[in-house]
Amino acid sequence: MAEPLLSVTGLCRHFGGVVATDNVSLTIAEGELHAIIGPNGAGKTTLVAQLMGELRPHRGTIRLGDRDVTTMPSYRRSRRGIARSFQITSIFPEFTARDNIALAVQAHAGHNFRFWRAARTDPALRKPACAILDSVGLGHRADVPAATLAHGEQRLLEIAIALAARPRLLLLDEPMAGMAPEDAARMVRFLSQLKGKITLLLIEHDMDAVFALADRITVMVYGSVIASGTPGQIRANAEVRKAYLGEDELA
Amino acid sequence: MIMRKPGVVSSRALVTLVIIAVLALVPPVAATIGEGFYVDVFTRIMIFAIAALSLDIILGYGGMVSFGHAAYLGIGAYAVGILAFYGVDNGFLQFGTAILASAVAALFIGFVSLRTSGIYFIMITLAFAQMIYFLSISLNTYGGDNGLNIDRPSDFARLVNLSNATTLYYVVFAVLMLFLFLGQRLVNSRFGMVIRGAKSNERRMAAIGFPLLRYKLTAFVIAGAMCGVAGALLANQDLFVAPAVMQWTRSGEILMMVILGGMGTLVGPILGAVAFLALETVLSDLTGHWQAIMGPILVLVVLFARDGIFGLLSRIGVERSRG
Ligand SMILES: Nc1ncnc2c1ncn2[C@@H]1O[C@H](COP(=O)(O)OP(=O)(O)O)[C@@H](O)[C@H]1O
Ligand SMILES: [Mg+2]
Repeated sequence: MAEPLLSVTGLCRHFGGVVATDNVSLTIAEGELHAIIGPNGAGKTTLVAQLMGELRPHRGTIRLGDRDVTTMPSYRRSRRGIARSFQITSIFPEFTARDNIALAVQAHAGHNFRFWRAARTDPALRKPACAILDSVGLGHRADVPAATLAHGEQRLLEIAIALAARPRLLLLDEPMAGMAPEDAARMVRFLSQLKGKITLLLIEHDMDAVFALADRITVMVYGSVIASGTPGQIRANAEVRKAYLGEDELA
Repeated sequence: MIMRKPGVVSSRALVTLVIIAVLALVPPVAATIGEGFYVDVFTRIMIFAIAALSLDIILGYGGMVSFGHAAYLGIGAYAVGILAFYGVDNGFLQFGTAILASAVAALFIGFVSLRTSGIYFIMITLAFAQMIYFLSISLNTYGGDNGLNIDRPSDFARLVNLSNATTLYYVVFAVLMLFLFLGQRLVNSRFGMVIRGAKSNERRMAAIGFPLLRYKLTAFVIAGAMCGVAGALLANQDLFVAPAVMQWTRSGEILMMVILGGMGTLVGPILGAVAFLALETVLSDLTGHWQAIMGPILVLVVLFARDGIFGLLSRIGVERSRG
């Protein structure tokens, strides 16, 4: 079998007495959509922060392809193809939607010690930014300040910023959090289009979406992985049923 | 970046043009009304406008609340003073040294302080400025606490004569205009977008692939070097330099000019310098406790005009054109 794109081994991270990530190991193959589910406080967001390099693990290793990235800073991981979206929307509120994306495009378009030419009218940034906005269906909102976009639109922008880095591995932390049903449906459709094109790690509470989209699912509880497998295997796993999924939910 | 209605954009441009025109006309007007001292007053105002403008590049655009910006003013002034003390009058050398010395100081201060943020950043920049202030006091060769007289202004190969008040005025004016133009290019360039992004959302900037420290440090050094030029000009106006030029209250005053005039704009700090120094002059004539009046004025501006005098004027312009 080919080397996995991401392999995490024995990852540990605690906050004082709280063990947020407890000896977590998992692998994600190239092109896979890997979902992580688990109750609030299970350590999913903490895991994503360690994968992105925002938090240093106390133990364990993270490999991207054949490269150990455990101690690599975020910006270098970003250059190696990891991108993330945030559970709590993290955009540039004063910038227009287009400028939000253009900034992310800029991060991967050579160095930015350029002091002279206006960035906002630079077609090399503007065109890709518009294309990405179109791809998430926000093209008509390009000139609107991000702060005044509707919640669902901000969630889409959140993902579009991550996509602008053209990642190989995209970490999505609850992309549908707080979305109205129609927006959530739009997001599911968008994710299914994305699936197969890049490798995705999806954290999501909507079980219908997870079981419909995921190639594999990892279940976390109290910082530990209690099961990992195909949607069918997870559905059939007794421990998962007991610990997390309500019996009736799977009936 | 921030969306503005077209009317506001043009009214900002109008306010900018009016300020530039007024500043350009100060010497002839002062001569006409026979009040030549206005030339000196406005020279000083523009020198502080340069300092405030440079601070706003890191403060208003980069979100770095430096409370030690007067240190670069002092370094620039002492560079001229100390070279003059050794008989080096060459202006290119003096200004070159002022720029280099303040840039190196900013590089060092920024390298240490930019690892922190919030109140720690404010305190560390203040602490470094205090260190430089006390260092200047301890320089007994150069007058220590009493300061250092400068015999002759900078000599630019006899191209300009800075002992002439009007000439000095227009040199300062030209530097201010140059920095306004360069600053405008800078904040709208790719580099400018990076530091604005860092102000807006640092965490996201790191996640999308920016190593922020080097960009912020570069902005910090540019601002320090610009302020160093202001210091060198100040030394030329006063023909004297003393530690008081970089007292911590001076850093506070430059900060107030930026806030008063309008943070995150380049013209705002110029207006802020005009307003602050004009108020200081008027109020200190009335009472020795002028700061007791200045304080409340600042509070009112912060409360009722968050975008400062520049924002206020621009909005008045818009309402006029509508009415
Ligand atoms: N910065 C932090 N400081 C202290 N505790 C934290 C911090 N971040 C997360 N935690 C704790 O770690 C545990 C896992 O949190 P999190 O990763 O956000 O879970 P999830 O995303 O699965 O809901 C929780 O108990 C949370 O309170
Ligand atoms: Mg979470």
